[in-house]
Amino acid sequence: MTDMKLHLQASDRRALAAGELAKRFALPMVIIALVVLNAAVTNNFLSTNTMWNILLHVSTTTLVAIGMTLVIATGGIDLSVGAVMALSAVFCTFLLDYPVVVILAGTMLFCALFGLLNGVVISYIGVQPIIATLALMIAGRGIAQVITDGYLVTFTHPAFEALGKGKLWSIPAPVIVMFLVAALVYIAVRFMTFGRYVEAVGDNEQASNLVGINVKKIKVAVYVLSAVFASLAGMIETARLAAADATRIGELIEMDAIAAVVVGGTLMSGGRPRIWGTVLGAILMGLITATFNMNNIPYSYSLVIKAVIIVAAIYFQRENK
Amino acid sequence: MKSVATPPSGGIWRASGTFLQKQGALVALILLVIFASVRYDAFLTSVNILNILKQNSMIGIVAIGMTFVILMRGIDLSVGSLLALGGILAAMLSPYGLAAALIVPVAVAALLGCVNGLIIARMKIEPFIVTLAMMIGVRGVVYAVTKEKTRTVDDSLTDFFVTLGNGTFIGIPVPVWTFLVILAAAAFVLRFTRFGRNVYAIGGNEDATHLMGIRVDRMKIAVYTLSGALSGFTGIVLAGRLGGAAQPVAGNMWELDAIAAVVIGGTLLVGGRGNVIGTFIGVMLLGIILNIINLQGTLDSWWQPVIRGTFLLLIVIVQAQLIKRKQEQRRT
Amino acid sequence: MADELLLEMNNIVKNFPGVKALKGVRLQIRKGEVHALMGENGAGKSTLIKILTGVYHHDDGTIVLDGEEVAFKAPVESQMKGISTIYQEVSLIPYLSVTENILIGREPKTALGTINWKKAHEEARAILLDMGIDIDVRQPVNVYSTAIHQMVSIARAVSMQAKLVVMDEPTSSLDDHEVEVLFRVIRKLKNDGVSIIFVSHRLDEIYTVCDRITVLRDGEYVGTWPIQELPQTRLIAHMIGKSETEAAQLTRMKETEDKTGEKVVVKLESIRQGNRVTDVSFELHRGEVLGLAGLLGSGRTETAKVVAGVHPADGGTLRYEDKPVRFRSPRQAIRAGIAMCTENRKTEGIIPNMSIRENITLANLRQFSRFGFVSRRKQNRVVNEFIERMGIKTPNADQKIKNLSGGNQQKVLLSRWLALHPNVLILDEPTRGIDVGAKAEIHAIIQELAKSGLSILLISSEFDELIHNSDRIVVLRDGRVIGELKGDERTQDNIMKMIAEHSRHKEWGGEMANDGHETSSAGV
Repeated sequence: MTDMKLHLQASDRRALAAGELAKRFALPMVIIALVVLNAAVTNNFLSTNTMWNILLHVSTTTLVAIGMTLVIATGGIDLSVGAVMALSAVFCTFLLDYPVVVILAGTMLFCALFGLLNGVVISYIGVQPIIATLALMIAGRGIAQVITDGYLVTFTHPAFEALGKGKLWSIPAPVIVMFLVAALVYIAVRFMTFGRYVEAVGDNEQASNLVGINVKKIKVAVYVLSAVFASLAGMIETARLAAADATRIGELIEMDAIAAVVVGGTLMSGGRPRIWGTVLGAILMGLITATFNMNNIPYSYSLVIKAVIIVAAIYFQRENK
Repeated sequence: MKSVATPPSGGIWRASGTFLQKQGALVALILLVIFASVRYDAFLTSVNILNILKQNSMIGIVAIGMTFVILMRGIDLSVGSLLALGGILAAMLSPYGLAAALIVPVAVAALLGCVNGLIIARMKIEPFIVTLAMMIGVRGVVYAVTKEKTRTVDDSLTDFFVTLGNGTFIGIPVPVWTFLVILAAAAFVLRFTRFGRNVYAIGGNEDATHLMGIRVDRMKIAVYTLSGALSGFTGIVLAGRLGGAAQPVAGNMWELDAIAAVVIGGTLLVGGRGNVIGTFIGVMLLGIILNIINLQGTLDSWWQPVIRGTFLLLIVIVQAQLIKRKQEQRRT
Repeated sequence: MADELLLEMNNIVKNFPGVKALKGVRLQIRKGEVHALMGENGAGKSTLIKILTGVYHHDDGTIVLDGEEVAFKAPVESQMKGISTIYQEVSLIPYLSVTENILIGREPKTALGTINWKKAHEEARAILLDMGIDIDVRQPVNVYSTAIHQMVSIARAVSMQAKLVVMDEPTSSLDDHEVEVLFRVIRKLKNDGVSIIFVSHRLDEIYTVCDRITVLRDGEYVGTWPIQELPQTRLIAHMIGKSETEAAQLTRMKETEDKTGEKVVVKLESIRQGNRVTDVSFELHRGEVLGLAGLLGSGRTETAKVVAGVHPADGGTLRYEDKPVRFRSPRQAIRAGIAMCTENRKTEGIIPNMSIRENITLANLRQFSRFGFVSRRKQNRVVNEFIERMGIKTPNADQKIKNLSGGNQQKVLLSRWLALHPNVLILDEPTRGIDVGAKAEIHAIIQELAKSGLSILLISSEFDELIHNSDRIVVLRDGRVIGELKGDERTQDNIMKMIAEHSRHKEWGGEMANDGHETSSAGV
């Protein structure tokens, strides 16, 4: 074939550019539209209280979704995040005698081991991600429940609880953590070699191997990170409730996280991780829930809307690709 | 005249490796049965065995549908929700007669499965996402319609449903019959009909199958429709087991158990290889583990998912290793 | 041979985004004839065939089959109208039996409507026996060799009672004996009145079995001739067109140098790997361009991959700078200074959605970053230099590499490996699927690199490319080195003779229709 690919008609080029633009701003625009709608229709919507509340509710999902973004970017998936949250919740209660830093570090390290297990089984042994993480999902939550015997473990630890309940200039702590983590991961993805490697592995694993990238290590790394973020999310939830609920915590969060990632523009087949896309995706889902909640429409209807949005998001991404 | 290629053979070690991969689950099942029979007197009784079968018939039927989908290199996360929908519709339509209560739920579930298939085949969106969305959406509809309350079957049909779920026919529970009949039919279809062979072909190499003239799109739609139909049907049976009560939360996470059973049974997630007998073994394995935990009595039920999850992990690790070794052998 | 027309394709136009693949092409097939469809890579042969069989849909033009106008929307439709196809990439279903691969979609049924396996196996076996192949048809097809795969594909196509059989490169994995089997099959089909469209690069085969030839070039119809009226030289001239002969002169012959006195950089001693490399030994000297010649399947790429660390050797010794080494991963080889530019751009080369800049700097990203942060400035310095030096046509370095043409993509990939400042550079089919102009540019670059002292291992299926760009040529066949050619010995004839002499089946050797001229056709 001759050098013709770039000789697009001017009109083709304009259409392509418009499509790219639409794709990039579709998600924020939908969110803005939803906010406007709510401002008009819902009582008390435009108060800062409401805004922070919504963000607070999505903060744990977003944290988990950020880790999930990295995993999906390499072409994998992590169904174990909910179980890791449960393990994290249970484990941190054992460290309550120590300073907050130790609680955080210790629990994240503990959960990182599970991420390591996932990564090794998937990368070095070659088990499919969906099955390997499914196994951990089943077993992990079981372990958490065995330890607590199904009971809720309550505690008091003001410093630790601040992680979930505290506020800084009226911004809830979890929201700060969420944005902080998102920013850090975004920087890593966009500006660091790590991000290039993750994207390369997801885009063309074979070529990445031939280029000298340690594909196996990268894959292990993303599963470890996913577990660490899930662990953090688990601790935030636990701190907020001042209780570790091995059975309920993180229930179905893997599905919410995957939905946020997908709506946010990261492809399930792997490729560039879109961190802010995921954050916006999670916020959109949270907004929908809030809209329905505050207008007293049953939660169940919101599920239907969410399902439609997920399919629509993918469809439009495909069109513009 | 060329007298040609014989396939590579090679000694006991290689042969046993292949055998293990194909029949690994069966071996594990046999070992487990032996272990349980020796350790627990109550295990090898007909009451216990029938109980195991009865409790696992429903997940078994769902897993059979899942087998077809996975053989075709797809996945169906919506089975649990469609199951719930089936049960609810059956309950809601029971005042209108048996035909309505049985046919409409299966038809609707089949239709939604068809929608899955259409979106996957025509719009070329990944099965994971499409069926995930369907799972969320249908669950939403089920909650909305029932206002999150259990629906009971109309009095006129309660007896039927109770029999469906708890009755026996020559000593074997009705749900088990349905499971075994569907199992036999599925095995037959996969081995002896063009439809079944096409499923394997598409999973093995979709592009080649397309070029060979098979209507791949139609097949995909058909298989997801089948999965939906089986899920809907199972919802009815499940409602029967609960005495005619259809719960909105029914079938929650069943898709994952079904996938686990299919994979343990030897069907590969990448499609093209496996069979429903393997799925049966997978279902039984998981069921027996649960049974053993119950018989043991000393472990709380919390241990059940731990053991099942670990078991699943071990089996797939062994499978992955065997596949790797086979690939290496082929290369030399 | 009836003069009746079976198929008439007129004025076929097909456009892909940004590329005009077919610009009004014509093809007429008579009943019972074997018709060759020829052209260089990118001429449009595969596209035309895919339109005929329903994989693609034409944008303009008509197709008339047996008097009826048709426009197939799916392969199954063309099959139902009597066209059966052997596609270029042998595509079978690995875990299904040979029988099923032959009969899928039309398995014999019992009275009850279920598949009659006994009959199916018998039928499949009979079809293969007819072709002289005796194998256990119940085994899954992936236990057999690629050659058997190809035979099974052929078996499927010819057993479908078709009116027209399309064969796209049917002999790429076959040895001479198996090619004979195929020719027997073709002659039988012809006797039965079946028409055949035959696409192949192997001129000798075309001249043995075809009646007429149609030539395409750059998506355009050049002409159709009966085979007796078209000597090989004229055929090749039609295929490459005058402009190409001019361009061929652009690729000047490299100043051949004898570098065998120089230090040995890479030495292979009886290397064995997988089932393609049986026993390969040769040396690469510093500053030398060593060409690796051979037919498809001779093990050249696999040998190169051993050197590049992609697949460590199973036996033998690899020496690098005189020390025995064993590269267990590409990373290790890269670190040692060995770079390999693979033959398959799309699957093993480009990271499609990443930019030119990122693709070039990916192999040694650490060089362009500090404390883990990638420095755009450092990248740009190197990247811009390469864009200019290689002549990469792009508005800027941010373009996604997948939007570039094949030639430009190859230049980007070359830049990637050169950015490593390697000691040894392996090039596997560096100009495959690239147009004339870009090809000449890349050859110039290769020669420049050689002059600067880089040791290069050049693999190519085009003998001319090897001859024009190397100092020495080593010839491989069936995973073994069968000979070496230096200086004036390096001619297309000599290479082909060497390969033919080492053929396993003597009966086919030496029958090549060659009127003695040097040709630039792909000699494979």
